[in-house]
Amino acid sequence: MSVAEAMPARSYNLSKDELGADILEVAMGPHHPSTHGVFRMDLKLDGETVVDLKPIFGYLHRNHEKLAEDIPYLGSMPFTDRLDYLCGMTNNWAFALSAEQLIEIEVPERAEYIRVICAELTRLVNHCLLVGFFINDLGALGTPLLYALREREKILDLFETLSGARMMVNYMRFGGVRCDLPDGWLQECERIVDQFPAFLDEYETLLNENEIVITRSQNVGVLTPEEATNFSITGPMLRASGVNYDIRKVDKYGIYDRFDFKVPIGAHGDCYDRFMLRMLEMRESVKILKQAMADIPEGPIMGNEPRVFKPDPQETYGRIESPKGELGFYLIADGTTNPYRYKVRPPSFVNLTALRHMCIGQKVADAVIILGSIDIVLGEVDR
Amino acid sequence: MSGLNHELVTQQFPEVEWEEKNQCFVVPPEKAKEVLTWLKDHPDFRLDYLSCVSGVDYLESEVKTKEKNEEGKMEVTVTQVPAKMEVVYHFFSMEKKMGPMVIKQRSMERDNPVVQSLTPIYRGAELMEREVFDLFGVQFTNHPDLRRILMWENFEHYPMRKDYVTPNDYDYEPTPHDEVIERAEERRSQLRGDTV
Amino acid sequence: MSLIAKGILQGMAITAKNFIQSYYKKERLPTVQYPEEKSTVNQFTRNIPFLVYDGEDAIDGMRCTACKLCEKACPPQCIYIIKDTDENGKPIKRPEVFDIDSSVCMSCQLCVEVCPFESIRMDSEFELSNENRFEGLLINRDELLKSNEYYHEIHPIEAQDTDDRIAAKIAEAEAKKKAREEKARLAAEAKKADAVMKNAKVAAVTEALAAKAPAAEQIQESEAKTGVIKPEAAALGTTEKSATKAPPPEPVSKDDQASTPQTKESKAPGEDSEPKIF
Repeated sequence: MSVAEAMPARSYNLSKDELGADILEVAMGPHHPSTHGVFRMDLKLDGETVVDLKPIFGYLHRNHEKLAEDIPYLGSMPFTDRLDYLCGMTNNWAFALSAEQLIEIEVPERAEYIRVICAELTRLVNHCLLVGFFINDLGALGTPLLYALREREKILDLFETLSGARMMVNYMRFGGVRCDLPDGWLQECERIVDQFPAFLDEYETLLNENEIVITRSQNVGVLTPEEATNFSITGPMLRASGVNYDIRKVDKYGIYDRFDFKVPIGAHGDCYDRFMLRMLEMRESVKILKQAMADIPEGPIMGNEPRVFKPDPQETYGRIESPKGELGFYLIADGTTNPYRYKVRPPSFVNLTALRHMCIGQKVADAVIILGSIDIVLGEVDR
Repeated sequence: MSGLNHELVTQQFPEVEWEEKNQCFVVPPEKAKEVLTWLKDHPDFRLDYLSCVSGVDYLESEVKTKEKNEEGKMEVTVTQVPAKMEVVYHFFSMEKKMGPMVIKQRSMERDNPVVQSLTPIYRGAELMEREVFDLFGVQFTNHPDLRRILMWENFEHYPMRKDYVTPNDYDYEPTPHDEVIERAEERRSQLRGDTV
Repeated sequence: MSLIAKGILQGMAITAKNFIQSYYKKERLPTVQYPEEKSTVNQFTRNIPFLVYDGEDAIDGMRCTACKLCEKACPPQCIYIIKDTDENGKPIKRPEVFDIDSSVCMSCQLCVEVCPFESIRMDSEFELSNENRFEGLLINRDELLKSNEYYHEIHPIEAQDTDDRIAAKIAEAEAKKKAREEKARLAAEAKKADAVMKNAKVAAVTEALAAKAPAAEQIQESEAKTGVIKPEAAALGTTEKSATKAPPPEPVSKDDQASTPQTKESKAPGEDSEPKIF
């Protein structure tokens, strides 16, 4: 008797009925280190493969929109900081832009340059954090994340000197900015921006050719361009799928048409493209910052705001390219000091529509990376 | 939308009104899907990107206008504006890079508004319409999954409506400062226009 | 995908570099061992508000007049003010109760922007923890009052600007007062001169009463003159007042850049050679 006859090979391809396996429902619950906030996903798993996914949120709902109907326009400016709490300056700018469309105010040149500088610094801050958490989600717990956060701290110190607080800045006003740049701020900002590409190069050696990163994030969570437009996705996620739509180039709000910068576009629409796109966007932001800091003029920082902000009855929709996508404010004024309807169009909330579509058929570990690549902040999703 | 020829739309669909003051189209709820499918594919518009869906609530109100009548005296006419519930859609065209087009679905029954869902055409409307349902109580027909999104599932009432009264059932932790709470409550009811 | 996994080795080299350099390079190891060592607090930081008083006595020197503008402007409504009254029940310009609920305050700084008397400012004190969750976090007026010297310590540039603005306002008020006194003095002198002239005229009249009619015409003329002098003197006074009412531009204007008509807005930190920020 040969070995092959004595010990016949066993087949391990058992069907689900023979195994007695069921579909497992797991709540990847609100308390989770990888869900970027109080976000819950009810996953239905067949083994390791995701069969269905139900996102549940609302744990951070503070009814910001109803609060804004009771207080005057300027009083809800500090509340807009708390929408996307990582990018305070761009939220403020979006609200100031929408309110300025309601009355005739001209924003002075110096204020526009300061706004652009703050917005691009915010983009650096946000993308730094995101790339750090990407590596964290992949499994490199903590260390490379803190390298990214170390760079971010320098920019947050700049914000603290300018407006008094690191994240909840409350800096933009209708018609300009609250206060002027202190002495020495521009020199410090230039020093930090000059050091930034060195950090980006170091981080790219961590990311670009790392075999773990490549295997785990390429061809994971693919979105075609038609799907992306139909799902109303905006921001880096849309551009990674190949659609050329950047609100800074389309609407040309502020003074963005004076700066020379490119818009990076991805080819595959998977997670790897989204992260590489954010690294490239950081480089473009550094370019814009250098141009803005070289050209900034002297002058007033505040336009002629009326004593009491009371616009005529009308409605308007103002939007900007925040680091996460299109952040829009829909305001209906009715002639009193408070808005009649105040609606925030949050980019994270709308980008989450595609989560279920992208995750079905992938493994559980990929679901974590896909959620990380959408770049959500629960303060914005829930308002 | 700058450069928009709204006559094209009103000629094709006579039920659609164009409001000059707010620069928007008002579509009756039964026709919404047809109008939008036509607009999405039309070569002049190519509205392929739905940006924002919001609900707006209007209570019944009065509008007073002063006019001079035939005798030359100032006469005050009071017109009743009926209550309504609107769902406002902001569309953009990514292909043509054109600006916002505002389309409103208006339902005159404020207590139980029913409009058509645009999710079959624009999949991005799914979560945003759920939010409007949750906070305003607007029913969307043909929505794949209409349930509450920001409030918890067994919540009653619709918080963003203008006649919603926040329940006074907070567990007040006693501070020696209950006057602040009283004053704040008084001010809030004053702002809401409650009559005592 | 090679066997050696070059990409991973490259990444590990970066981590090793950071680890080794953290021993001798300050920027690679930014950890501060709190609470044994504390990093310096930025002079522009803000946490919760406090009230400023000038001089030695807190109650007498406080700048707040209980105008309640900050109470109205506060978005979460955390300020509570009751005006003070003296013995007879007449209200005086001072708060008796000025409470800030620091568990509600979100450090938005809108109260600072609307204060017309430069009296509420932002403190950078952050070690406010307390065992009592409700009374301990409710800060009353006496705890909120801190001296102007303290304000100079924590926010030197801002405090200097505030002092300059207050000095400018005082100078302007003084100038106005002087102008008014000047005008009153001139009016009083004119009155006196006018009275002297009247007496002289009366004496002349009594003398000339014995004389004939042409003298009476003279008297009438002089009476008409005295009648004219008074309104002229008054007119002179008003033109003087209007001349001083359009005041000269503010003597100390460090921040020419802010062209806003509102004085509520806190002006930019000035362009003086003050301590380095970083």
